[in-house]
Amino acid sequence: MTDAALDRPRRSGTLQHIAYVLRDNPVTLLAFAMLGVILFAGVFGPLVAPYDPFASDASKALQPPSWEHWFGTDNLGRDVFSRVLVATRLDLAISVAAVALSFVVGSALGAAAGYWGGWIDRLFSRLLDTVMAFPLFVLAMGIVAALGNSVENIVYATAIINTPFYARVVRAEVNIRREAGFALAAKLSGNSDLRVLAVHIFPNALPPMMVQISLNMGWAILNAAGLSFIGLGVQPPTPEWGIMVAEGANYIVSGEWWLALFPGLALMLAVFTFNLLGDGLRDIVDPRMRT
Amino acid sequence: MAAGRLRTVVSRVAQAIPVVIGVVVVTFLLTRMLPGDPAAYFAGAAADAQSIAEIRTALGLDRPLHEQFVFYVGDLLQGDLGQSISTGQPVAVELARRLPASLELTLLALLLSCAVALPLGILAATRPGSLADHACRVLVTAGVSLPTFFTGLALIYVFYYLLGWAPAPLGRLDFVYLEPPRVTGFFLIDAALIGDWQTWWGALRQIVLPAVTLALFTLAPLARMTRAAMLQALSSDFVRTARAAGLRRSTVLYTYAFRNALLPVITTLGMVFSFTLGANVLVEKVFAWPGIGSYAVDALVVSDYAAVQGFVLTMALLFVALNLLIDIAYTLIDPRIGFDG
Repeated sequence: MTDAALDRPRRSGTLQHIAYVLRDNPVTLLAFAMLGVILFAGVFGPLVAPYDPFASDASKALQPPSWEHWFGTDNLGRDVFSRVLVATRLDLAISVAAVALSFVVGSALGAAAGYWGGWIDRLFSRLLDTVMAFPLFVLAMGIVAALGNSVENIVYATAIINTPFYARVVRAEVNIRREAGFALAAKLSGNSDLRVLAVHIFPNALPPMMVQISLNMGWAILNAAGLSFIGLGVQPPTPEWGIMVAEGANYIVSGEWWLALFPGLALMLAVFTFNLLGDGLRDIVDPRMRT
Repeated sequence: MAAGRLRTVVSRVAQAIPVVIGVVVVTFLLTRMLPGDPAAYFAGAAADAQSIAEIRTALGLDRPLHEQFVFYVGDLLQGDLGQSISTGQPVAVELARRLPASLELTLLALLLSCAVALPLGILAATRPGSLADHACRVLVTAGVSLPTFFTGLALIYVFYYLLGWAPAPLGRLDFVYLEPPRVTGFFLIDAALIGDWQTWWGALRQIVLPAVTLALFTLAPLARMTRAAMLQALSSDFVRTARAAGLRRSTVLYTYAFRNALLPVITTLGMVFSFTLGANVLVEKVFAWPGIGSYAVDALVVSDYAAVQGFVLTMALLFVALNLLIDIAYTLIDPRIGFDG
């Protein structure tokens, strides 16, 4: 924090600032590189996987990692590496969908509450406080149980439990700018409330929201994997990290560690990447918040 | 002074009432969102149309929603959470029987993680740039990325399969021991009460791995908050004044800085408890721990909705109660809160 204040670049363009923070913090650069790898696996995973993730071969069941099978084979002789690779897309898709949904709904609720205040604010805040009154993973379990056991409902459940966080950030950001000069000016030049809110005020809330999204992606992945670990949502034989760890759990006590380890590591790496990215983005967005 | 505090505590309790009402409403609505017809579900596969209709009347499902809600709340007030379909037992009885197992695990895990996170956070804050500081930073970022179920499995593999130090991850007590007579339901306390140290040791051996798993998960936010709060307290005016006045280092650190840093840490503890209750479910599944989490997971698999709803409600009420306790403790610890409220 101190050195950031001392040798700040003289002309602080946004790009220069980003480059400066990244140079200062190679960890963030690493996080971006890891994100690239994960996105690559998500997009091209099924194409580059060396084996068919569903093809079972009883003669090759439970083989430890080798040159032929990098991550070994599972109890049905399926290649664990291919399954981990292919699972990336589903895990990413679930969490991206959930985060996008909670971003949109949370932004709308938070912006309305922060801009108009009054009973809308009280109603929405009460509503979101009620969601937060539940232990979040437990609420997600309840929602999936009630809506039905499907991947789609995992997305909804994850979105619902994450919405309050977005709504809070947006509400705070909108509220402090409600009476700001530029907002009043936009209003006086004849813009409607909705337009002032959406075009003039809301964009200011985007930088802190970026940080929130990145930190939230990690949570969403963990949450979805946790739900499928206890048997909700994704059903076997679909390759998904949580369910692969659950399947591998039965073999841990007999020493076949590779079944659970590799999908677990992939999960950890993905969550770790998004958390690092979130911290890194926070440095870029708000240098004062650095810890 | 005492009256002012009492008033704060009472008003804080009053604030919890709408939250409890909200929790009950949400849990009720979750029950009503069931896919399919609950009456047909309760009647079983072999039921004909008439018996389904009878069950619907018996359950009150033919009444309007608000009447059903009144019945639901009435049942709740009598401590009735409905019947579990899979076990045939009342849900409330089963939850009460299993709750101590979950609480023992959660509380021990929180104790453990506080015992590590607080000193680590203080060390990191007092010696920035030192080994402890770096260790703290790595732990904090890695800790939040760890999926609990995966950490649990890794610990089982290392300490049970490779080293053979831990017992098989199958519940609270190996079958060679008898359960201690139930007083609190916490095996560690019950066994100690009757002086049965063999059983106590057996119970401890079983609980260590799941507790460490949970503790690792909760360590990160606690250590992070302790470090940040300590840094802020140490750079504040009153600490500078205390130092300038020539007070001893330990007095400055513990009496002045730490006591003030404790407040945000206690708030974080409430949030951490929410995570812990959720993570509990996963850890209980991994270690076959007979708590309410594994009860809910078993119920989920067979679509035993009454059991799941009872579980969700219990967890939420537990969480609300804990937050209330934390807020009250906060009021009692910090003399600045509540004088003017």
